[in-house]
Amino acid sequence: MSGPPVRSILYLWRRFRRNRLAVLALAYLALVHVVAVAAPLLAPYDPDAMDLLDQFAPPSREHWLGTDETGRDVLARIIVGARTSLAVGLAAMTLAIVIGITLGGVSGLCGGGVDAVIMRITDGMLTVPTFFLALLVLAVFGSNTVNVVLVIGATGWMVVARVVRAEILRTMPQDFIVASRALGVGALRLLTRHLLPQALPSLIVAATLGVAYAVLTESALSYLGLGVQPPTPTWGNMLTGAQHYVWKRPILAVYPGAVIMLTVLSYNALGDALSDTLDPRHAGT
Amino acid sequence: MKTYVVRRIAQGLIVLFVVSAAIFVIVHSAPGGPALLNQPDMDPTVAKEMRQSLGLDDPIPVQYARWLRNALTGHFGKSYQHSIATADLMVARIPNTLLLSGTALVLAVLLALPLGTISAVYRYSWLDYLATVVAFAGVSIPVFWLGILMIILFSVTLGWLPSAGMVTIGTAFSVGDLLVHLVMPAVVLATFPLAQLTRYVRASMVDVLAQDYIRTARAKGLPEAALLGRHALRNALIPMLTVLGVLTPRLLGGAVITETIFAWPGLGRLAVDAAITRDYPVIMGVTLLVSAFVVVSNLVTDLLYGVVDPRITLQ
Repeated sequence: MSGPPVRSILYLWRRFRRNRLAVLALAYLALVHVVAVAAPLLAPYDPDAMDLLDQFAPPSREHWLGTDETGRDVLARIIVGARTSLAVGLAAMTLAIVIGITLGGVSGLCGGGVDAVIMRITDGMLTVPTFFLALLVLAVFGSNTVNVVLVIGATGWMVVARVVRAEILRTMPQDFIVASRALGVGALRLLTRHLLPQALPSLIVAATLGVAYAVLTESALSYLGLGVQPPTPTWGNMLTGAQHYVWKRPILAVYPGAVIMLTVLSYNALGDALSDTLDPRHAGT
Repeated sequence: MKTYVVRRIAQGLIVLFVVSAAIFVIVHSAPGGPALLNQPDMDPTVAKEMRQSLGLDDPIPVQYARWLRNALTGHFGKSYQHSIATADLMVARIPNTLLLSGTALVLAVLLALPLGTISAVYRYSWLDYLATVVAFAGVSIPVFWLGILMIILFSVTLGWLPSAGMVTIGTAFSVGDLLVHLVMPAVVLATFPLAQLTRYVRASMVDVLAQDYIRTARAKGLPEAALLGRHALRNALIPMLTVLGVLTPRLLGGAVITETIFAWPGLGRLAVDAAITRDYPVIMGVTLLVSAFVVVSNLVTDLLYGVVDPRITLQ
């Protein structure tokens, strides 16, 4: 048994393209990420510029989505909020991947007692209510963007660790690994050059779903007032403000939530589609 | 079996021990010690006396042992914010959280079973696609947004349901009033487990329906309803138990958000308030209590697994 057959990008794209929902999701995500990167150029107003004479303005030519309780332009805040929400999501996912690869790698390569201890920790993390621990950490160390990234990364690595370990255990007995080891290839090189590339398809899927989890968790923490702090706009903390005025201007609560949902939904859809596309076990279905 | 039970209990205890140590270490690595002593208007001599009376000058392991011993006997210290015992604060809110989470879980299971079954039986039909799409949306929708949307629809626009609290203030307690307040939070909290469970029931039913004994049952002319209910669903339910175990922490995390949206006076909202005001005894107590609850419920589902399915021998 050798590894999965090498597939060209074009072939994968043809397979991927058949999933309409995933293509739509990819298009939406491309748009949101471009908007986030180009936010300072695209935002029609300063997102923090208040205008107390123009509170709760309805959508108009000047303010496409109207203004909020302090007269700030809602569209500008959503555009600039995309920056923070996506940056936190991607950074937290990256951290989770790094922790997951390290622990999963050590677990898979060392085996024995080390493996058992790391896997029990992983199981434990999956069974304890990490959301409460996250609240505790943010209460102690303060709610700010960096801590939010750390907390989400530190509670989101378990699936990655399991995936990496499983892929290593699957790949280790194969001939090319046995040969590499016989040639005296070191553990680190073995991991980065031979084992992780085998795990790449599963890692890409885990990373995609991980962004969905991270964006959702950031917005939840920010909504609760324990995430990214105002006045820095994120989609989550915009909802906190909007909920106070839900009786007066309910529509303000609709916009930020809609973009969170679309983003999370798109990342989930993309992850599912990638798992179908990249996983050789799904080939031909 | 007996060794398995003993080992699982031991594992649960270890997890709890590690969680409690983590909670303690996190709080005590706070820059400058507990926030209580960081208030600028506090007299330094008073602060010093408080440090001594709270035992904050002892080595960390000594402090931890003392805290754990107290916690095990139900003493979590006095809330900084409310000036009453943390245990009393928690006890008052436990039933509220259990009522909300329990209702949500029952709702999710009762809806997921028929939805997942229909999806599996009519696989690749429009019904199946609809259920799949709904389940997919259910895992992606932010809980707090769904809650606010429901408030906009049912409270602001239609005026049918109250948007906050457990009872109407100023009226005598009645079950009807409580139920009216419970509807929206329970539905919101049920969404995520419902979506997850529907996917699992579908997958599990698809597996079971392909088994030989189902074909045999069909061949001997068993009515479809009896076939699904008595033969298929029963076996499909077994893997669901493990899913329930995994869902419990997510459910309680969701309760934190749901209780905050709807001002439901439960443990989750207590934790958020305590986190925002840095009320350490309360958030430590709630986190430990919730962890203990989750560990015990996982233990129970694991043990039930062996009881429900005699084919499985627990080792």
